[in-house]
Amino acid sequence: MNKKSLQTGVSRRTVMAAGLAGAGVLAMPSVLRAQDRSLKVGVYGGYFQSSFDEHIFPEFTKATGIAVESVAEPTGEAWLVQLEQAARAGQAPADVSMMSQVAMLKGKSTDLWTPLDLARLPNSTNLIPHFVNKYDDGRVAGIGAVAWYITLVTNTDTYPQAPDSWAALWDPANADKLGLLALVSNSFLLEVTAKTFMGGTEALDTEEGILEAFDKLAEVKPNVRLWYRDEAQFEQALKSGEIPMGQYYHDVTGLAAADGHPVRSTFPKEGGILDSGCWALSRASDKTDEALVFIDYMSQPAIQATMSRKVGTAPTVKRELTDLTDEEFAGVSSEIEPIVPRYDLYGERSDWLNQKWTELIVG
Amino acid sequence: MRRDKPRTLADHLPLAFPAVMLVVFFVVPFGTMIAVSFFRRQQGGFYTVDFVLANYERFLTAFFGNVLGFSLLLAAAVAVCCVVLAFPFTYFLTCRARRVQVAWLIALLSVLSLSEVIIGFAWSTLLSRTAGISNLLVAVGLLDQPVALVPNFAAVMVGMVYQALPYTILVLYPALVRLDNSFVEAACTLGASPLRGFFTIVIPMLRNTIVATLIMVFVFALGAYLLPQILGRPQHWTLSVLITDQAIYQSNMPFAAAMAVFLVLISLALVGLTLLVGGRREATP
Repeated sequence: MNKKSLQTGVSRRTVMAAGLAGAGVLAMPSVLRAQDRSLKVGVYGGYFQSSFDEHIFPEFTKATGIAVESVAEPTGEAWLVQLEQAARAGQAPADVSMMSQVAMLKGKSTDLWTPLDLARLPNSTNLIPHFVNKYDDGRVAGIGAVAWYITLVTNTDTYPQAPDSWAALWDPANADKLGLLALVSNSFLLEVTAKTFMGGTEALDTEEGILEAFDKLAEVKPNVRLWYRDEAQFEQALKSGEIPMGQYYHDVTGLAAADGHPVRSTFPKEGGILDSGCWALSRASDKTDEALVFIDYMSQPAIQATMSRKVGTAPTVKRELTDLTDEEFAGVSSEIEPIVPRYDLYGERSDWLNQKWTELIVG
Repeated sequence: MRRDKPRTLADHLPLAFPAVMLVVFFVVPFGTMIAVSFFRRQQGGFYTVDFVLANYERFLTAFFGNVLGFSLLLAAAVAVCCVVLAFPFTYFLTCRARRVQVAWLIALLSVLSLSEVIIGFAWSTLLSRTAGISNLLVAVGLLDQPVALVPNFAAVMVGMVYQALPYTILVLYPALVRLDNSFVEAACTLGASPLRGFFTIVIPMLRNTIVATLIMVFVFALGAYLLPQILGRPQHWTLSVLITDQAIYQSNMPFAAAMAVFLVLISLALVGLTLLVGGRREATP
């Protein structure tokens, strides 16, 4: 018994000594300098993250010497909740994150985003102005990272002819054939309804207008087979023809079509839904310098063009600054005026909208 | 074996460890949840520390009442289905040779290693129009063309029963394997058919086990949130799905917490009621 405890005592001491020696090595200035220039960047997990890891981040490290550790973030607002909870405890699971517009809005209400100094972001002048996301008092909360479209997608085996209007969702011929996003704040179907049937998204200015849109939207319910939270669930069903029509991301659909799957993405005549992600810095991060270098780097026209080619996103910088050909640009965007989500509603009326929406699809 | 009353600190220690674990990993988080359920929701933001009843008020509507009612019914239906299927199965399993029993138990344990996600997607493929079992029925001439058997209530039930059945069998197994078969033999000697023996001897003898198993499967099924989403339509979504929506997608922690507290209280009350009714019946033979 004694011998045994003596043995463990010795080995524990050895381990501690080794640990101390290891800590000493880590603390050596030369090693520290290399460790110092690093940045944790949150991007949507899966296909997005792997594309960034393969095509974008290595080039950034080569150009700036700052190592990037990518962190997979879940879609929706789950990541926002995690960032906020962590920031309350002084932690930053990622320094810079790609955040959707609704998440930016909610983060702004609690001052989650470190204000960014535009003077240190010279490339920010390349951006289309509305991609500079600001607090109400003018401080910059985030910088447009990428833009993407949600469009009308169909299985080409089931629909030899592409539909040309969002109204196809309401067509009784499409009963039980649609896959739509399950949340009011990521499907933007109220905006689609307003643009298609009510003359434009201004119709949602008033509560009556919103209720009218809900009524119109209720007519779509019999056509919906799947209200999806998980993208993979719909993508698989669309490819196989199990659920042959719905709303989905233009970029991913294009890639699936390029891989030979019988799917197509169509910009309806009312326009695709234009959504975008911002780079935003958590207030709990102490890597402001590296973050600014990163965001500035990503705002270069050349990098934005690379992302359009490799990741399939639409650029947030002015198109004429990029060297994208007409064909390449058409692959990621459209000349048809887009449906721009009414982000303001998801700040002011989020709980009410959520309640009405849940009652609409569950009830 | 003689048991002394614990006197010294060392005697209490074996009990202290699980007690501390229970406090740290159950009582404290549950307490936090109750506290959060009274916090004030900041629309478009998070929450502030406060004491308001608004979160409970929002829950007390016909809409959420319906969802809660459906969740309870679904869990009860799954529990009954599982026990009805698992009880005869386990009983006949315990009559087999030891080797056969072990093989079956290992097979059941291996089903437990499947996650809810895998079970959900596997069933949604099996029941789909393009790749599902209806294609087999078409091949043998029973159907004209393949049909989608998902999403609907039956698919949700199938998925949830499939997931809970191994647990049910593993809970029933120890009680059934210890059952003294001479009672049934005696009944048969006195002229009862094996079926009658099963219903009049085996089931009454194991009534407590059956009630306990029902409660366990009920509580297990009440927490389901993935399978109703993958295999059901929105009207088959359980309260757990809406709780997840509020907590993860709406960042409305106070409301999510209030719903969760309500769900826990209702299920505790139902379990208590079941035990009370069972106990009373036992007292009046």
